[in-house]
Amino acid sequence: MSVIVEQLSKIYGKQKAVNNVSFEVKSGEILGFLGPNGAGKSTTMKIATGYIPPSEGTIRVCGHDVRKDSMAVRQNIGYLPEHNPLYLEMYVKEYLQFIGNMQQIKGKKLRKRLDEIISLCGLEREQSKKIAQLSKGYRQRVGLAQALIHDPPVLILDEPTTGLDPNQIVEIRNLIKEIGREKTVIFSTHIMQEVQAICNRAVIINLGEIVADSAVSELTNLQKSESIFLLEFEQAVALEPLQEIEGILRWEQLTPKQYKVFAQPEKEVRGEIFKMAGEKGWVLLGLRQEENSLENIFQQLTKS
Amino acid sequence: MFTIFQKEIRSFLSSLIAYMVLIVFLAGIGAFVWIFPDTNVLDYGYADMDTVFRLSPYLFLFFIPAITMRSFAEEKKSGTIELLFTLPVRDWEIILGKYLAGLALVLLAILPTVLYYYSIYQLGEPVGNIDTAGTIGSYIGLFLLGAVFTSIGIFASSLTENQITAFILAFFLCFIIYQGFGLLASLDDSTGFSYLVVQLGIEHHYATIRKGLIDSRDLVYFFSLIFLMLLLTKTVLGSRKW
Repeated sequence: MSVIVEQLSKIYGKQKAVNNVSFEVKSGEILGFLGPNGAGKSTTMKIATGYIPPSEGTIRVCGHDVRKDSMAVRQNIGYLPEHNPLYLEMYVKEYLQFIGNMQQIKGKKLRKRLDEIISLCGLEREQSKKIAQLSKGYRQRVGLAQALIHDPPVLILDEPTTGLDPNQIVEIRNLIKEIGREKTVIFSTHIMQEVQAICNRAVIINLGEIVADSAVSELTNLQKSESIFLLEFEQAVALEPLQEIEGILRWEQLTPKQYKVFAQPEKEVRGEIFKMAGEKGWVLLGLRQEENSLENIFQQLTKS
Repeated sequence: MFTIFQKEIRSFLSSLIAYMVLIVFLAGIGAFVWIFPDTNVLDYGYADMDTVFRLSPYLFLFFIPAITMRSFAEEKKSGTIELLFTLPVRDWEIILGKYLAGLALVLLAILPTVLYYYSIYQLGEPVGNIDTAGTIGSYIGLFLLGAVFTSIGIFASSLTENQITAFILAFFLCFIIYQGFGLLASLDDSTGFSYLVVQLGIEHHYATIRKGLIDSRDLVYFFSLIFLMLLLTKTVLGSRKW
């Protein structure tokens, strides 16, 4: 286990930003750390990097406890904070050199590492520009390069794709995927597709507590308690007779002609609905099963 | 620590403000010593550097807050402070690196005035008629005063993320500590209390050192002030952990 979060709590005044959170991340795993804004993602990450201490519990990174051995933890972590802060007045190479020096990499080794990291992050053409001149996508690459310069086993990225255009998002995702082959990556976001695209596992937190922790492939099975159908009629109809169909739980009216019908997933109710529409003379224009998408799961899990 | 020091020096040298401050300081001191009628050494008649050491503290009141105002305020504003404090260095290394870089710039500002010493030495009648020991003492005093102002500036910068606020706060604190206590002590007082108050201010200790007398009490005063300010800075920056 390269990162172990143990019963972590962080209390600000009276508010519990993180409440008794525990999870583990294996080496070589890319973990999506999900939650709505203000759920406690950044707080957890700040604790893991030693920026703020936990109120209770602890985080262990490669066997080092953040409470007791903060310096060792910092050496083992590459961190990209939220909003990617950079020294804009510095040149790309100068900046990476500075971070390298701070990570105790010196001389020849640093020069070699700089070349490696610059080519890995695709910064060859930008390396002698000022950071202020770079576009947001390239700044993000500089931020990643900075986190990777000392070749840490664990990488913590706080919303690395926020504010990028769709092409840049794909580029950064690919980069993270590439890096994630050898490293443990914890990666926070509030975008579900992102998790689907690059992560092996997802931890979802809401209001400081874990609401889901599972492999991404199993996430879609999490909330199969009901299936949802969208019905559209030519005219407004009264749906009361639907109660007679076995398996139908309830319905909501969306517009006068559109309904959302909830049913038990193990019953096939669509045929019955069709039959009933025929009997009652309703003109059914559409019947569509709503995919239990990740977005829905996210919304259901993080409803407050 | 050295890496931070290096980075700060680089950022001073790549920003306009350091050059501007240096030029304004040196031009100002130069004008007072050689040109302005009330203060210039040529009309004054005595071969000494009194003008430099009398006026520099007042110029330092503007000049030092201007160079230290960025140090933590900007890091806080841009968020890079989080980056800095998650790198494997201790808080005091960062503070000391930034402090020493500011101090180096102060030293850089004072150094060119050594030329004035040489000029006035040559202008004396007879040549060399200048109180060398007093001048050396004064230089040490001025440097220590600059060192205290720098520590105050760093502290002020750690309190806010706004550079202007940091500047004003540092200016105000420097003024109070430099002259405020002296002014307070000049209130009419028949007990010995005002003598205690005056000793709290820098002016009193600076005046003693300027006489060429380097007293351990004054040194202790200066070093404790610097230590106190840097300790307060560390406390403020550590407050994120509360």
